Amino acid sequence: MTVGNSLRRWAPGMLLTSSIMLVAQGAFADEVNIYTTREPGLIQPLLDAFTKESGIQVKTVALKDGLAERVASEGENSPADVLMTVDFGNLVDLVEAGVTQPVKSEVLESAIPANLRDADGNWFALSLRARVLYADKELNDLTSFTYEELADPKWDGKVCIRSGKHPYNIALISTMIAKDGVEKTEAWLQGVKNNLARPAAGGDRDVARDILGGICEIGIANSYYVGLMRSGKGGPEQEEWAKAIKVILPTFADGSGTQVNVSGAAVAKHAPNKDNAVKLLEYLVSDEAQGIYASANYEYPVKPGAPVDPIIEALGPLKVDATQLTEIAANRKTAAELVDKVGFDE
Amino acid sequence: MRSFLATALDRSSSHAGRGWQIAAATIAFLVVLPILTLLTIATQSSGDLWPHLISYVLPHALTQTALLLLGVSLIVVSLGTGSAWLVTAYDFPLRRMFEWALLLPLAIPTYIIAFAYLDLMHPIGPVQSVLRALFGLAPRDLRFLEMRSLTGCIFVLGIVLYPYVYLFARAMFLMQAASVVDAARMLGAGPLKVFFRVVLPMARPAIAVGTSLALMEAINDIGASEFLGVQTLTVSIYATWINRTSLPGAAQIAIAMLVVVVALIVLERTARTRQRYAAEASRARRLQPIRLKGSMALLAVLLCLVPVLLGFVAPALHLANEAWKRLSFAGFSPRLVEETLNTMLLAGTATLVIILAGLVVAFAARQSQLGLQILRVASLGYAVPGTVLAIGLLWPMAALDGALNRLGLVSGMFLSGSVAALIYAYAARFMAISAGGIEAGLARIPPSYDQAARLLGRTRAGTIRAIHLPLVRPALLTAALLVFVDCMKELPATLLLRPLAFETLATHLYGEAARGTYEDGAIAALLIVLFGLIPVILLARLSRKEG
Repeated sequence: MTVGNSLRRWAPGMLLTSSIMLVAQGAFADEVNIYTTREPGLIQPLLDAFTKESGIQVKTVALKDGLAERVASEGENSPADVLMTVDFGNLVDLVEAGVTQPVKSEVLESAIPANLRDADGNWFALSLRARVLYADKELNDLTSFTYEELADPKWDGKVCIRSGKHPYNIALISTMIAKDGVEKTEAWLQGVKNNLARPAAGGDRDVARDILGGICEIGIANSYYVGLMRSGKGGPEQEEWAKAIKVILPTFADGSGTQVNVSGAAVAKHAPNKDNAVKLLEYLVSDEAQGIYASANYEYPVKPGAPVDPIIEALGPLKVDATQLTEIAANRKTAAELVDKVGFDE
Repeated sequence: MRSFLATALDRSSSHAGRGWQIAAATIAFLVVLPILTLLTIATQSSGDLWPHLISYVLPHALTQTALLLLGVSLIVVSLGTGSAWLVTAYDFPLRRMFEWALLLPLAIPTYIIAFAYLDLMHPIGPVQSVLRALFGLAPRDLRFLEMRSLTGCIFVLGIVLYPYVYLFARAMFLMQAASVVDAARMLGAGPLKVFFRVVLPMARPAIAVGTSLALMEAINDIGASEFLGVQTLTVSIYATWINRTSLPGAAQIAIAMLVVVVALIVLERTARTRQRYAAEASRARRLQPIRLKGSMALLAVLLCLVPVLLGFVAPALHLANEAWKRLSFAGFSPRLVEETLNTMLLAGTATLVIILAGLVVAFAARQSQLGLQILRVASLGYAVPGTVLAIGLLWPMAALDGALNRLGLVSGMFLSGSVAALIYAYAARFMAISAGGIEAGLARIPPSYDQAARLLGRTRAGTIRAIHLPLVRPALLTAALLVFVDCMKELPATLLLRPLAFETLATHLYGEAARGTYEDGAIAALLIVLFGLIPVILLARLSRKEG
C-alpha cells in the first residue's frame, strides 16, 4: 500500500528532524526574546530597525491570548525578555499576574509622559491610538460628534462596531463609566446596541467596508487603520473602503477630548537578557523608532513632539481625553458586565 | 458469550494483557492531564461570577449553542448521509469523481471558511454585486445574506464538517450486506423507504460517530463563531477568561460543558446498546449500484455537486483569486516556504505519535472492559476547546520540566515552549480520532480470529502482527489522515504553545487576520488548503480501495 510505504519511509526522518528542532533552540550570544500579542506585521519594521542598529537578534512569538499564563507557567526558566501588548488594561494585568519587573531608565522616563507609564516602571506605553468615528463621506455636521451621540435614536440601524468585549471597546466603555457613572453608561450602551446595523463582530476595518457596502453609516474604530487603508498598504481594495469614509475625532459630551489607548511593553520578571530588553525599550522611544511607529503603523508617537504621519495629521489635532488610565483600568470589570447585561454582542 | 477457550487463553497471558493496559493507562493519564489541571483551576474561587453568568450570559449562550449544534447536525447528517448513499447505491455520471470530491471540504479550516464567505457574501463582494445588478436592488435589500449571524455560522460550519459523516457513513454502506437492501426492494419498498427504513437505521452507529466528531468541532470552534459574532458557550468561556480575567470561571464553564457533552454521548450510546450491529465475519456480497438515467441522474449529480461547490470550490476559488492578487501586489514571502515545511513536519510527527499511542489504547480497549474505559478517558480532550486545553497544558509541562531539571537530565525549559509541547497538545486534542477510529476498525474483527491464531501458537503480540494490524490497516490509515488534517488546521493551541520564532501556515494566517488583513493571509490559507488536500485525496483513494 502506497500510503503505508511512504509513511514508513518518512517516519524516521520526521522523528529525527523534530528532535533536531527540539534541541536547536540554542541561544544567540546577543539576543532578546519578545512575547507579544501585537500583530507581528506591525512590529516587525521596528524590530528589524533595532537589530540593524544594535546587532541584537530579536526572536518573537506572537500569541493571541494567554500571554500572562504562559510566562507565569514557565517561571524562572522563561526565555521571555520583553512582553509587548496593546491596551493599558492588558499591561496592568501583566503586572498583577506578577510577570513583570520594575525598570529604572532615564531614557524611558524622559521620553514617556508620566501618565503613560507605570509609576514603578513595570510597564511603558510606546505608542498611542485614538478611538475615532468612521462615517459615510456624504454625511455632514459631524465635526462636533460626541461618543454619547452614538446612542442617539436617529442612528437607529446605522451603527457598526466590533465586539463590545474587545479591549478597545472595553476601554471606551470604562472611560464612559469614569465620566457618567454606571447607570448612565448602561443606558448609553443599550442605546448604542439598539442602533447596531449588524452584530458587534469582526474587526475595525470592517466598519469602513460595511459603510462602503451600505450596511451602516457610522461606526467606531481605531485611528491607525485609516492610515493603513488610505496609504494603500492594505491593498487596492482597502483603499476603496477608506475612500467611502470620512474620519472624525469625537470627544465626550464634557468636551474633554478623544479617547486614546496605548500599545506598550514590560520587561519580564525573569528576563535572561534584561540589559537587551531595556535597550530595546529605549530604542522604541528613540526619535527613529517613534518615527517608524508613526510612518509605518500610523500610530501617534508617545514621545511629545515626535512627528505624526501626514495621513493621520490630516484627521485634525488630537486632544487626548484626560481620564486617568488607572481609573479606566479599574472600571474594566464593570464595563464587561455591562456588555453582557445589555446583550451588546447578541 | 465468552468461550471457555478464550478465558483460558486470557488467563495464560494475563501478564502481557496487563502490560497493554498499563501502557494505555499511562497514555490516557498524559492526555487527560490538561483536563485534570483545568479541574484544579476550576476549584478556585471565581467570586461573584456565577450569578452574573446565570442572569446575563448563559441563557443566551446555551440557546445559541443548542441552535448551532442542531443546525449543524441537520446539515452534516443530511449532506453526509445523503451523498454517501447516493455514491454507494447508485451509478450516475461523475460518480467516481464525487466519491473523493465530497471529502474536499475537510481541507478547509473553519476560520478560513468564515473569512471567505464573509468576503463572498458581503454587499461589495461578488454574490451580492451580481444579484443587485440582475435585479436592480439596493445593498440593504439583501440583508438576509448577512453571514454575521447564527444562520451564517451554521452554514459555514455545516458545509465544511459534513465530510466526517460522509466518511463514516460511506464506509458503513460499503460494508452493509446487499441482501438486506435487496430483500427490502423485493418486498416492494421504494428507494426512499429503503433508505429511511432499512439503510439509515443500520448505519446509525457510523452516522453517530461522524456526527459527534463534527459536533465536537462545532462546539469547540472559536474561529468562525467569534468572527461571525455568534455568542456560543466556547465564546463565553473565552470572554470569561479574557474580559473578567477569571481563569477559574472559564475553567468552570469548560468543565460544565465537557460534562454535558459526555452525557450526550453516553445517552446516544445507551440508546443504541439494545440494538445489535453485528459485523459479518465473511464479507457479504456488495451492494450493486443502480444505474440512474435522465432527470434522475441529473438530480443525483446536482445533489452531490452542491456540497462540493459550497464547501470547497467556491471558497478555494476565492482564496486562489485573493492569493493571486496578493502575489502581484506584495509578492511571495520566502517565509512561507519555511512555514509550509514547519507545518508539514509538525503535523507529520504529531500524527505518527498520536497514531502509535492510539494503537496502544485501542488494543487495550479490545482486550478488556477496563481498556475500553481507558480509551474513553483518553478521548475526552476532543470535547474541550483548544485554547482552554492548551492553557491546561501549561502547568503540567512546567512541572515535567521541573522534574527533569531536578533529575539533572536537562537544564531550563525542555518541554515548555518547544515543538514537543505542540505535539503533546495535539495528542491531547486528537487522541479521540486516533484511538476511536482504530478501535472501531478492531471491533470489526471477530474474536474467533484471535482464538484461532492463539490456538495455532501465536503469542499475543504475534496475533497483533499477523491478524490485527493487516485487518485494521484501512481504519488506521483513515484515522492517521484525519489526525494529520486536523493537526495542520489546528490554530488555538499552536498559537499559545509554539516556540519562539516558529511559525506555521495557520499562525501566519492568524497574524494577518489579526490585523484585519485576511487578504494578506490568502496565500497561507491557500497553502493550508492545498497541502490539506494531499491527505484528503489519499483518504479518498483509500476508501475506494476499501470498497
